[in-house]
Amino acid sequence: MTLLGIAPALPLHAAGKYVAGAYIVFVLVILIYVAIMAVRLGRMERQLVELNRDLERRDQAATEQDRDPGSTSAEPESEPDAATGSDAHREPAPVSGSGRLGDSSL
Amino acid sequence: MPTYGKGLRGLSILTFVTIAVALILVFFYVPLDATQGFIQKIFYIHVPLAIVSLCGFVFGGVLAVMHLRTGDRRYDLRSYVAIHMALIFGVAALLAGSIWAKASWGHWWVWNDPTLVSYLIVLLMFATYTPLRFSIEDPERQARYASVFAIVGGAFVPLNFIAVRAAQEYVHPRVLTLTGSNLPGPMLLTFLVSLLGITLLYITLWKYEMAAKNTRIQMRALRRRLLGDDDISPLQRSAAPSL
Amino acid sequence: MKTAFTVLRKDLLLELRTLETLPAMALFSISTFVIFHFGLNQDTIHGQLAAGVLTATLLFAGILGVNRLFVAEREQGGFDAFLLAPVDRSSLLLAKATALFLFLVALEVIAVPAFGVLLLGPPLGPRLPSLIVVLALADLGIAVIGTLVSALAVQTRARDVIGPVMGLPLLIPALIATARAIGPLLGTVGPGSLPGKWLLILALYDLVFALVAYAVFDFLLED
Repeated sequence: MTLLGIAPALPLHAAGKYVAGAYIVFVLVILIYVAIMAVRLGRMERQLVELNRDLERRDQAATEQDRDPGSTSAEPESEPDAATGSDAHREPAPVSGSGRLGDSSL
Repeated sequence: MPTYGKGLRGLSILTFVTIAVALILVFFYVPLDATQGFIQKIFYIHVPLAIVSLCGFVFGGVLAVMHLRTGDRRYDLRSYVAIHMALIFGVAALLAGSIWAKASWGHWWVWNDPTLVSYLIVLLMFATYTPLRFSIEDPERQARYASVFAIVGGAFVPLNFIAVRAAQEYVHPRVLTLTGSNLPGPMLLTFLVSLLGITLLYITLWKYEMAAKNTRIQMRALRRRLLGDDDISPLQRSAAPSL
Repeated sequence: MKTAFTVLRKDLLLELRTLETLPAMALFSISTFVIFHFGLNQDTIHGQLAAGVLTATLLFAGILGVNRLFVAEREQGGFDAFLLAPVDRSSLLLAKATALFLFLVALEVIAVPAFGVLLLGPPLGPRLPSLIVVLALADLGIAVIGTLVSALAVQTRARDVIGPVMGLPLLIPALIATARAIGPLLGTVGPGSLPGKWLLILALYDLVFALVAYAVFDFLLED
């Protein structure tokens, strides 16, 4: 007994339209929801990437500090020129305790 | 923090399978209704949506009770999501019911179907849930007031149903009564499978939404911890609880 | 109980001295009857139509009273004073609901005879006792829901709008039961008998919402 054999003769004139309409509304609502969730997921992923990047920057800056501790007096918590967009030197929080070589705080 | 994504994959597969089986049953197995013919098939999507949405509102009310009892704001988030989902399912139920009305009686809206009318009233009421949340700034008070409203709403659902049902002198036979259904065998089976499918869909979508919200909240918390408070862009005004 | 009585006395005295709410509610209901006369284009109405007009008018006039219920508390620090006092918080609920109930009764003392004179076809007299029973039950429901909704709305920003918008759907079952109970009473032939089914539904509605209000009211007062 094939599926096609027992398929209903879809009355495409009157009734079929309405039944199809009702079920299509149901499917559409689900699809719209999925689309909204997809947009949200995209946004979240972007934020996650940014978060990771910011973390990286902070990690790198911290290791930079540890690598050359106080060799030039102006080094440690001096304000890196915020003007240079170079990643490696952004420092959101000052690293205290200049000093110990090889002392990685992270 | 609990994670809502656990078991979500299995649950969605189960939901998909159940709904697929239900659709097959509806269109290939169940015999045509004697009086209404092909149009009656809408019943299998409209009624489960309606029932699940009502239960969703009551579920939201129960979660709100838990929130007020324990003071744990996570219950408020769960209650909010439950009510939102129930509202969406309710709108879908109303649309399907309206299409059924048009097909059977020629009008997009009829007053002599108790389900449709009591739906409209319940939706009207819960539609004020979001504006209420939106209009209270203080998050803790917002959560508390919303929970109060959800509890009142949850109590309202059964009462409203009783009142409206008593008020309608029904024109067509009641299909589901408290004493049991007068659906013949195959129809009952199809109906139950549909109901199961829509219930699973509700639970899946609820978990999905909770997982998304939970993740977003945790990311913001993480960001705040790692980068300092002023790095956070203020959340756009939203009615969702912010934990 | 004593606290509730004190707060109630305060509210009633306030209303008696300033006469803010009651005359507005009464005038509103009379104007509404006039509007119905023109809108329906009928000199007299009876039966279910009359029941519907009366119930709807009382409901809308009641909503006017609901809006004003907690405004004084909010604007003059009454809430804080109440929270500081070592009293049971549900007494505020009891006091306000009773005040609203009494306002509604006072409203009906004016509005129902007005309705009898202006719009109602059959004479009001013989139907009055049963009418009073139904309206008493209805007023209880409106009082409970009105107090709850008013307490919710007064702390929000859109308070004049949110109160009615939340309250009216909640009151629909009460409206249904009241209108259907009054319908047979206002028939032309003679006062019909009071339909028990609707009275039961009204009573159930009042009971459930009184309990729910009692359970949740404390949470509305917390700061």
